[in-house]
Amino acid sequence: MSTTAFVGQSVKRLEDPDLLRGRGRFIDDLRLPEMIEVAFVRSPFAHALIGGIDVAEALQVPGVLGVYTAADLPAGMHGKRILLQVPNPAITHPLTQEPLASREVCFAGEAVAVVVADNRHAAEDGAERVVVDWQPLGAVAHCEGALAPSAPLAHQDSGDNIAGRLALGFGDVDAAFKDAAHVIEGRFTPHRGTGHPMETRGVVAQYDHIGEALRIWTSTQTPHNTQRGVVDMFDMPEDKVRVITPDVGGGFGPKNQVYPEEMVVPALAMMLGRPVKWIEDRREHFLTTTQERDQVWTLTAAVDGDGKLLGLKGLLIHDAGAYLPWGIIMPYISASTVPGPYVIPAYHLDVTVAFTNMVPTTPLRGAGRPQAVFVMERMMDLIGHELGLDAAEVRRRNFIPADQMPYDMGLTYRDGAPVIYDTGDYPEAQRQALAKAGYDDFAERQQAALADGRYIGIGIGNYVEGTGLGPFEGATIRVLSNGRVAIYSGATPAGQAHHTTLAQICADELGIDVADVDVVLGDTGVMPRGAGTFASRITVTAGSSVRLASAQVRQKLLALSAAKFEVDAESLEVAGGEVRITGAQGDSVSFAELARMTSGMPGYVLPAGVAPDLEASAYFTPPQATYSNGSHVAEVEVDAETGLVTILNYVVVHDCGNVINPMLVDGQVQGGVAHGIGNALLERMVYDEDANPLTTTFADYLMPTAELVPDCHIVHMESPTPLNPLGAKGAGEGGTIPAPAAIIAAVENALAPFGVGITECPILPERIVQLIAEGEDR
Amino acid sequence: MKPAPFTYHRAETLDMATEMLATLGGSGGDVRVLAGGQSLMPMMNLRYVAVDHVVDLNPVAELAGMSFDGERLRLGAMTRQRDLLEHAEVRRRLPIIAEALENVGHLQTRNRGTIGGSLAHMDPAAELMGLAALLDATVSMASRRGQRDVAIADYPLAYMTPCLEPDEVLTGITIDTWPAGHGWDFREFAQRHGDFAVAGVGSLLTLDATGRIDRAAIVLIGVDERPIRLTAAEGMLVGEKPGDDVFGAAGAAARALPMLADALVGEAYRQHLAGVLVARSLDSASARAGGGGDV
Amino acid sequence: MSDDSRPGREISLTVNGEGYSARTEDRFSLADFLRQGLGLTGTHLGCEHGVCGACTVLVDGHAVRGCLMLAVQAAGTEVVTIEGLADADGNLNTLQQAFMEHHGLQCGFCTPGILMTLTAYRRDCPDATEADVRQALSGNICRCTGYETIVRAALAAWREMGAR
Repeated sequence: MSTTAFVGQSVKRLEDPDLLRGRGRFIDDLRLPEMIEVAFVRSPFAHALIGGIDVAEALQVPGVLGVYTAADLPAGMHGKRILLQVPNPAITHPLTQEPLASREVCFAGEAVAVVVADNRHAAEDGAERVVVDWQPLGAVAHCEGALAPSAPLAHQDSGDNIAGRLALGFGDVDAAFKDAAHVIEGRFTPHRGTGHPMETRGVVAQYDHIGEALRIWTSTQTPHNTQRGVVDMFDMPEDKVRVITPDVGGGFGPKNQVYPEEMVVPALAMMLGRPVKWIEDRREHFLTTTQERDQVWTLTAAVDGDGKLLGLKGLLIHDAGAYLPWGIIMPYISASTVPGPYVIPAYHLDVTVAFTNMVPTTPLRGAGRPQAVFVMERMMDLIGHELGLDAAEVRRRNFIPADQMPYDMGLTYRDGAPVIYDTGDYPEAQRQALAKAGYDDFAERQQAALADGRYIGIGIGNYVEGTGLGPFEGATIRVLSNGRVAIYSGATPAGQAHHTTLAQICADELGIDVADVDVVLGDTGVMPRGAGTFASRITVTAGSSVRLASAQVRQKLLALSAAKFEVDAESLEVAGGEVRITGAQGDSVSFAELARMTSGMPGYVLPAGVAPDLEASAYFTPPQATYSNGSHVAEVEVDAETGLVTILNYVVVHDCGNVINPMLVDGQVQGGVAHGIGNALLERMVYDEDANPLTTTFADYLMPTAELVPDCHIVHMESPTPLNPLGAKGAGEGGTIPAPAAIIAAVENALAPFGVGITECPILPERIVQLIAEGEDR
Repeated sequence: MKPAPFTYHRAETLDMATEMLATLGGSGGDVRVLAGGQSLMPMMNLRYVAVDHVVDLNPVAELAGMSFDGERLRLGAMTRQRDLLEHAEVRRRLPIIAEALENVGHLQTRNRGTIGGSLAHMDPAAELMGLAALLDATVSMASRRGQRDVAIADYPLAYMTPCLEPDEVLTGITIDTWPAGHGWDFREFAQRHGDFAVAGVGSLLTLDATGRIDRAAIVLIGVDERPIRLTAAEGMLVGEKPGDDVFGAAGAAARALPMLADALVGEAYRQHLAGVLVARSLDSASARAGGGGDV
Repeated sequence: MSDDSRPGREISLTVNGEGYSARTEDRFSLADFLRQGLGLTGTHLGCEHGVCGACTVLVDGHAVRGCLMLAVQAAGTEVVTIEGLADADGNLNTLQQAFMEHHGLQCGFCTPGILMTLTAYRRDCPDATEADVRQALSGNICRCTGYETIVRAALAAWREMGAR
């Protein structure tokens, strides 16, 4: 039988020794002979026509080898836009980017030309000297403004600024409101910036003229998405395009997209016959890497006399940015996440996705769920206030009870199947979080603090998160002739330690040590089919594939050994890197020997019925999402005179089903909460009324530092799921999803004496002071 | 983000530095002095600034150093912020300096950043500019044409523009210490430690034998292109006993001043913060007066 | 148009105890020079404007941002980078081992800067409290860990180093 030596244990990371020694190989560490570097010429305007591009002066700059515009790219690329990989009939205007803008730029930072040089310094010198005749056009700077009849057009040739419309819902919303005891309204404006991994993006491409094969390295969460995009753009067979992922210094969502640079850099490699490198600098990252940005919600809740929801309806306006690289998935996720862990008999949300002249928005850790949880949890607090119910109590009255799981939450998924929450105990999660946070004593502590002139507050955030997204993430397990076991998978890590997690699962199945496992990830040449690392999906999908494929390899090892020893497989055991006859001394065969036997050595006759090679592949396809859940409780202090917020205590109850490596899950939760703190209190991507970005350095866009992130008290619940062989659920985003809701609820609670209500996110000190003043005026 | 090309020149002495500035600048080139690099290099990396020549003052040993001469403290321009922060006698005799310097960037910043560099850069939120204004510093400059001293009040000309000529090197500042037993406080508002202050306050005061304020100095940073001394409030405090009402009045005086506004922070908030910080700073300084506080 | 006679000069310095001589352009940062000139790619560039701290190295013992110092300014100095922390046989030092033990890194991109800041800080403040360590790290941004395990690793390492 397989062991549990590793799964469930806090195994130390296989990735660490190299990284700690500075031996990581990130995209900028790659150096190839004859390599040249590029810099892009980017629009300073949020919306403009390109009148003409003069490269004469740039070509004179020492070190510059060439300057290319859209017209200079290979003819097959002209007029083409990047493949949209998540189409949806609700999209009215499926616009994606051109590799280089040919006629019209639609966000500040969009590239119109590329300078090739001996090194980056010279390339930037050249880029500065390219003269573009810009013809500025009116720009759309906010999603709500985009819908006004007098709004400029984000795209010159469009009739309007609508990217798509959706409607989701279930039940009879009108009936719910007809005789409701209470009707509560709210308008909310959540905002999120971007992930800002410490490593920016980057692409290196090399073309082999003899084999007519393209090799691309990119700092990505999904080499397969990039490969699909390149294959489509260049009309090349996929086995001639190999995309390899180096070490990736953080992703958080935006590196899951396919970007124009991933088209231009390979094009240059093919045109120039030399390897080409582009490394994004931080300013470019601010301008061109995708974000989440703004949503405007208006929600109305119908509630009975006990504070129980009867119905919820509203409108969401979502800022898509200038293009739709990820379709309209994110607003869809927001809309479908709102009900959360609560019983809502009727729900209807209209969604309008608006184009604006800013960088496109795509999922960032949480993927639209932080906003949905924010609005739902704020509504819960509004309902609580209206009915004079404590925040925990109003939620208690609305939770989906544990005995109703699996729970049909009312929505239907895009394939027509109902959305079913599989496992989880939502009331218990909140109960444990409140207990850990000392919630019952809090009112007393709050009064004592108030007497001291201090304002402290507490807030709750509950969430349910669909994880383990399909379609699949495969794994191939292969026993090598040196006896080691290799895992190949499309999983593409950016810090989540997939190597370690997958090795743990495989090692247990095959009775070996994690140190005996080689893991090769994120390489389309080694694993032709894949989706990538995003949406908290890899443990569920790739992990399950590893489990299944390893089990198959185990069967092959047994079958082969049984034939070799002429015994039944039942009398054999697999342990320590060999197969042996149970109990008998000396009768064993190593993995290495078995691998050599089946490698194709001439003269060796395979036993009947035994397939050659100790290898198996599995593409675990989840039947549906598996739902993680949790409860956060934040305690804060607000300096009412300056508006500064300090987090005093932070509790997380986290349920991601069976845990493969507790240390890694804790790391994801703690790191996720840090992003949530940024979203709640610090991170704001500011644009002016012409859609020009104003916060373009780390001096203006503030992220949490070590002094601002408390030690989260993490309590684990494990509600295993029957939906995959591991019983596991995703864990990468749960730390972030309810954090802004909990923190902002706590800030509002602290400022209750001033009658402050907070419906926006982030909430910055200046705004807090403003709200207090407005409250005092009232 | 790579800087535009320039030629690097290494000055070994002050004379070499002033010679370089005169010669290189004289031939029409754009020349900048490189001190700690913590302000200049980001601007050059971002290409907000492009120069033809950079004159490195780091090797100029004669520009570093701190020395007391009785009540007078002289700080060489190339004194590292770290060294000033850790100087035992400065910490003892003028503890406000250490309290202010704790807010200057992070330890990496202070390991390279210099007094002179910060003063020459003149960021509105620069703590060192605030200290210089608070302590009525005299700023010394040198060029091939000679040396001169400028009172700190006359030093700022415009936004991030001191009265330093293109061929001049800031060589140091001189400040007078405050008597033993003075109260001090430096505080600023930023969401994160080490960030540029949205607003900051430095205050110094002494109490007479009856416990009344007999001398006060208050400076605001981050609210205008130059540090603002609250001279009216300072005069108002003399003769008063420390208390919330007097400190509140000083805060109100601060709040009434016109202040910077930008896309990220409005004028009203800065004014409000200034008022809050002034009151808190004076309260803390008075508690420390008479030897009642440690850095 | 390619031009091989760009302005530049040869500089010599010591890195991780070894002497190096290599050519640099005047405008190359120390970080650029370490990475491209010397092939020591362990030092990373995260922002190039002096906030993130990923490029932190030791120059004559002091933690400095490699992106804000010119390579030419480092001539004649002793530089220590992340590649200089493990011993000659590649064994991780106490701080590095503590990071492994306590999950003090995830993507590893900020880690070199953090290790160098902590190395210098430990030498200067061996009795630092947790609050001191967090403040000392305020010039190093990590987007993955949420800092808790970094601080835990640092304090654990220092306890062990103090015990010896």
